[in-house]
Amino acid sequence: MTLTPASPSDCYHCGLPVPRGSSFRVAINGESRTLCCGGCAAVAAAIVNSGLTDFYRYRTEAAPTGRELVPEFLRQAALYDHPEIQKSFVHAESDTLREASLILEGITCAACVWLNERHLASLPGVISAQINYATHRARVRWDDSRIHLSAILQAVSRIGYLAHPYNPDRQQQILENERKHKLRRLALTGVLGMQVMILAVALYWGAWTGIESEYANFFRWVSLFLTLPVVLYSAQPFFSAAWRDVKHLRTGMDVPVSLGILLAFVGSAWATIHGGGEVYYDSVVMFVFFLLAARYFELTARKHAAEASEALVHMTPAMTTRLTHDGEELIPVAQLRPGDRVLVRPGESIPADGKVLAGCSTVDESLLTGESLPLPKDIGANLIGGSLNIESPLQMMVERTGQDTTLSAILRLLDRAQSEKPAIAQLADRAAAWFVAAVLVATALVGYYWWQAGNPHWLQILISMLVVTCPCALSLATPTAVTAATGALTRRGLLTTRGHALETLATATHFVFDKTGTLTQGRLQVYHVATFNAVSRADALAIAAALEHHSEHPLARAILQSAQDAPRLSARDVVNTPGAGLQGSVDAQRYYIGTPAFIEQSIGLRIPPATRLALQQSGHTVVFLTSTQRLMAAFVIGDEIRPGASTLIKALQQRGRNVRMLTGDHALVAERIATALGITEWAADLKPGDKLDHIKRLQATGAIVAMVGDGINDAAALAAAHVSIAMGSGAQVAAASADMILLSGRLDNLAYALDKADKTLRIIRQNFYRALVYNFLALPAAAMGYIPPWLAAIGMSASSLMVVLNALRLVDRNPSTPAQPQPGA
Amino acid sequence: MDIIFLLIPITLVITGLIVWALMWAIKSGQFDDMEGPAHQILMEEDEVVDEAEHAALAKKKTSPP
Repeated sequence: MTLTPASPSDCYHCGLPVPRGSSFRVAINGESRTLCCGGCAAVAAAIVNSGLTDFYRYRTEAAPTGRELVPEFLRQAALYDHPEIQKSFVHAESDTLREASLILEGITCAACVWLNERHLASLPGVISAQINYATHRARVRWDDSRIHLSAILQAVSRIGYLAHPYNPDRQQQILENERKHKLRRLALTGVLGMQVMILAVALYWGAWTGIESEYANFFRWVSLFLTLPVVLYSAQPFFSAAWRDVKHLRTGMDVPVSLGILLAFVGSAWATIHGGGEVYYDSVVMFVFFLLAARYFELTARKHAAEASEALVHMTPAMTTRLTHDGEELIPVAQLRPGDRVLVRPGESIPADGKVLAGCSTVDESLLTGESLPLPKDIGANLIGGSLNIESPLQMMVERTGQDTTLSAILRLLDRAQSEKPAIAQLADRAAAWFVAAVLVATALVGYYWWQAGNPHWLQILISMLVVTCPCALSLATPTAVTAATGALTRRGLLTTRGHALETLATATHFVFDKTGTLTQGRLQVYHVATFNAVSRADALAIAAALEHHSEHPLARAILQSAQDAPRLSARDVVNTPGAGLQGSVDAQRYYIGTPAFIEQSIGLRIPPATRLALQQSGHTVVFLTSTQRLMAAFVIGDEIRPGASTLIKALQQRGRNVRMLTGDHALVAERIATALGITEWAADLKPGDKLDHIKRLQATGAIVAMVGDGINDAAALAAAHVSIAMGSGAQVAAASADMILLSGRLDNLAYALDKADKTLRIIRQNFYRALVYNFLALPAAAMGYIPPWLAAIGMSASSLMVVLNALRLVDRNPSTPAQPQPGA
Repeated sequence: MDIIFLLIPITLVITGLIVWALMWAIKSGQFDDMEGPAHQILMEEDEVVDEAEHAALAKKKTSPP
């Protein structure tokens, strides 16, 4: 359970390597421990001082790296005490008693929950603090006369976590209420159902061996009493859905289901009250129970995915710095108006669409556009709300806010695509509904015939027909097979959130992939280091790393990562020219690193175009390192291809599926990835709307499209595709609009999913055929009155059992490669 | 066999109690977090431990018997 850093030279708190020459030490549990930075040391000291050192014994993951308390954050926190701002997320229980929900960032294991709960509860004035480990939400109640919300937020940041107030939107609350209602219905049906089944066994046994009628009658009355709440309360959603269908003259699955429940119950009640005939209380409760259970599990899987989509709100910050004549003021983003001047610091998100007024920086738009590299932004450049400012402060003029922004437009696109979703699965459902509707009509006709023919057993025959046709076997055919297969897939790290996903995946003809973050890691890596003028590779890397240490640019991070083994140097007087390069002194020598244009501008050295082209032709980015006089090295940096990508593409092509790649990135980069993976059809420089159009054009030709993507720019295309798979590490909104989520990040698991989907479809078809054959044999026999209801019930149970056993073949007995979720995914 | 007329009503009462308990559990949020409590049970519930006491404990553990 406990976790100790991999080596004694790693930080005891966060597990990162301790830089040489650093001397932060804190005594924890009686031993002096080394820490990597002042932030971690402050956090560890705060934990020790509150007597919460048990955290280090219980934790299973390293803690988040301690942040030095940012004055920025403290200032923002103070703003949360403002009653006007508190209105949206704080619930005032009395004059001084307040309650709020917080999102906690940095929770990695259960010990974090323990630490935060303890720490919060120890604050004077905090009445209670509860943290939900599954959702990372904290519920805090406090006495406002003794402690303020800002103090609570700061206390959390002191132990190394970040807390934001969280405003559970109405949608979320409705979903949560719905979940509780469903759970209540399921629990009630389960408990009462067990009682009814016990009595039913007694009755069946009695019918076999003889039972005194006073006992049989008593059992029937008790069963009636127990089934009543199930029909009146638990089955309510089926009735209301059926009523809605009938009002709109549609037939959904709910109509026959409701009719079946009602007829069986009314028939049984009639038999109980008048004596004689058969009762089917057990069929009623079990039927309701299975249907409710299937719907509950589907809801929780979907809720899990949707919960994450709240993070989208996080893309645009809650607060922003407005520039006024008197200086700066901090205001909620909702109060921004077009024409406002706003300051965006490095590391902050851009609050709204607008133009750069002053400053020059690079901005990461990858989630919005699929562009893999941050774009340089100069005065007059357009900024998209929700993208991330990376290098240096920018002043911007707000042009569009709220509903008019690009981000909102993408979301609207997503909404529309979701509502237009062509659903093959609904077709299958509708076919089953028609079948059951036909059975109902036949039953009604046969019942009418026997009734007017004067057969005293007409109701018994009618019920036999309803029971023997077994809507169970038909309605179980798909869910059981899908549940068994999704269980097997979940163990491989592929989460299925919508029931139809597997069926559709098996029939998909076209597979469309996004590039950045899907086929590639979305993370840059140094592929090749070319050295010039007798400079050694290690020296080049060491000098480059020393300079790049001062930059936040992803290219810098890629160089730092590849320079891990190189000797560590430090650079002085570093000057960062955003979007171009860096210069600085290492060991009294001046060095320059950056684009060819930057090098030429700084030292007047022209990189020969031939050298440049030789390195650049493959679509990588090339960064040059020079001294004041000569070229030293060139770093070729590109996006890494995800493991399993080529296996998957080959597997798909072998099966004759059409594979395409659509990307918002440049054609040059796209071509390199496409060639490496053997994809012949691809398109680059696409906007989110273009991807959507492309998918719609494919669908118009009759193709069944499966889309695999990860970014917000893919969200609409994902929603429009027949079946969509999102990467677990990608944008939450993409995951929310996808039918399946690949948590493991291993693309070859998709090939396995395809195998499983094929098998699932085969088993579903078998199940359907068997259920149909059974029905066609049993229905006429029942209609002629040859099958007494008890035999019908046995036939129904047997056919259901057959379906379930067949579906169980899909369960993986010994999964050879268990899912390995990516860290941070 | 007449005992059945007493026993079954008793089961009905118990069933009612179980249903009530389940409803209470759902309403009070017992099913909201299905992961956390499994870990929490392994953590000591005692109040905030004194650092000095801890140091003493650690020393006791490391000293030879």
